[in-house]
Amino acid sequence: MKKKIIDFLTEIRPEFDFAASNNFIEEGMLDSFDIVSLVASLDEEYGISIDGTEILPENFSNVDSIYRLLINNGVTE
Amino acid sequence: MNLKFHNKKITGILTVLPENEVNFDDEIDNYDFSRGQSMKLKLIMGYGKRRVVKEGTTVSDLCIYGLNYLFDNNLLKKEDVDAMVLVTQSPDHFVPATSHIIQGKLDLKRDMICLDINQACSGYPVGLNQAFMLLEQDEVNKVVVLNADIMSRKVSVKDRGSRPITGDAAAITIVENNPSNNVIYGTVNVDGKGAESLIIPAGGFKMPSTPETAELKTDKSGNSRSLDHLVMKGDDIFTFVQKEVPPMIENLLDKASKNKDEVDYYMFHQPNKFMLKKLADKMGVPYTKMPNNIVENFGNASGVSIPTTITYNLGEKLLTNSYLICLAGFGAGLGWASFLLEMGNLDFCETIDYDN
Repeated sequence: MKKKIIDFLTEIRPEFDFAASNNFIEEGMLDSFDIVSLVASLDEEYGISIDGTEILPENFSNVDSIYRLLINNGVTE
Repeated sequence: MNLKFHNKKITGILTVLPENEVNFDDEIDNYDFSRGQSMKLKLIMGYGKRRVVKEGTTVSDLCIYGLNYLFDNNLLKKEDVDAMVLVTQSPDHFVPATSHIIQGKLDLKRDMICLDINQACSGYPVGLNQAFMLLEQDEVNKVVVLNADIMSRKVSVKDRGSRPITGDAAAITIVENNPSNNVIYGTVNVDGKGAESLIIPAGGFKMPSTPETAELKTDKSGNSRSLDHLVMKGDDIFTFVQKEVPPMIENLLDKASKNKDEVDYYMFHQPNKFMLKKLADKMGVPYTKMPNNIVENFGNASGVSIPTTITYNLGEKLLTNSYLICLAGFGAGLGWASFLLEMGNLDFCETIDYDN
C-alpha cells in the first residue's frame, strides 16, 4: 500500500522524491490542493471516503501518516 | 442558537443569473500551474462554467431586474411588500444601504422596512431568519429577502483557489405568514475568532485601499492576490465546515424530532464539489438528496447558492409538490446556520437570466 501511496504522490508532484522525505508539508512538496487531489485518488482506489475532519496537513506529512490515515478509514492490506 | 418559528412560509423563489459566462478551460493559463494539475482539480472541485457580471453591473441592478420581472408577471405586487431584507457582501456603496436604493428606484411604498445584512455563505438562512422575525409584527405580512453578491469583482484573476469557483447572482425569496399550523426549526452559529479565514483585508475603514494594497503578491502555493482581493484560507474553511456542519444538522433534526431519512432534500451552500461530497459522506446522506451541481454550472455566488440550488434542481416541481427541505449555509464570519422546513406549492420557482 505504501508503494501505491508514493505512486499517487509522484503522479501529483512528479518533481519530488517522496520516498526520500519525511515531511512533505514542511518541505513544500504538497499544498492543500495537492492533498485534495491525493484524497480523491485514494478514495477512488480503495473505495472509501476519507473522513473530512481527518483531511489535515499533519495526516499527509509523510508516507507513514498517510498509511495510518487509510488504515483508520477502513483500508486493509 | 436554536430557533423556532410558527406559521411562516416561503411562497416564491427567483434566481437571477448575470449575463457573462466564463469557462474554466479558457482561464487555465491565468494560473501558475500545470495544465494537468488544473484539469484534475477541475473534475474534483467542479470547476466549469460560472456566471459573472459585466463591469458596472451592481447588486442593486440584479435585484431590481428580478423584482421587475415579478411585478411585470403579476407574481408580486409592489404595495404588498412590507419589508425588504438584502443580504450581501458587495453593496453598491458603503452609504446608503443598497436596500434603500432598490426601494427608491422601484418606487416602493415608504411605509416599509428596508435593511442590509452583511453575511456571506450563511446569508440565506440568516436572511430567512430575519424575515421570519419581521413577520411577527402585525403590519408585516410579506417580506422580500434579497440575496445578492458580485464577489467575482473581488477575486484575483491569478487565484486558482477562489477564482474558478466564484460566481455572481441574485435571488429573491418571498416569505409570508401562513394560516396553516406549521413549525420551522432553525439554528444560527457564529465564531468571529475565525474572521480572518475568509476576508478582504483592504478597502474598508481599517485599511483603506491604496496603490500598495493593490500590489499582487504570490503565496507559497503559487496564487497571486493583493490585499484588495478576497483571501481564503481554504484548508481552515474546509476543516471548519467538516467539523461544524454535521453536528449542526444532527441537532436541528433532533429538535424537530426528524431523522435524516425523512428529509427529502438537503439544499446546502455550494462551496465546491469536493467539500460538499465529503459533507454528504460524513452525514450519510445520498448524493441524490444533496444536489451538488451549482459550482460547475454557475459558480458559487455565496449566499445566493442555496436558492440557486433550489430553483435549478427543483424548479417547477415546487409549484405543485411539497418537500421537507433542510437548508444549510456556512462560510465567512465564521458563520453557519440552517433551517428545516416544509417547502412547496410555491407561486413561482425559477431561474432567469439578467438582460441589461
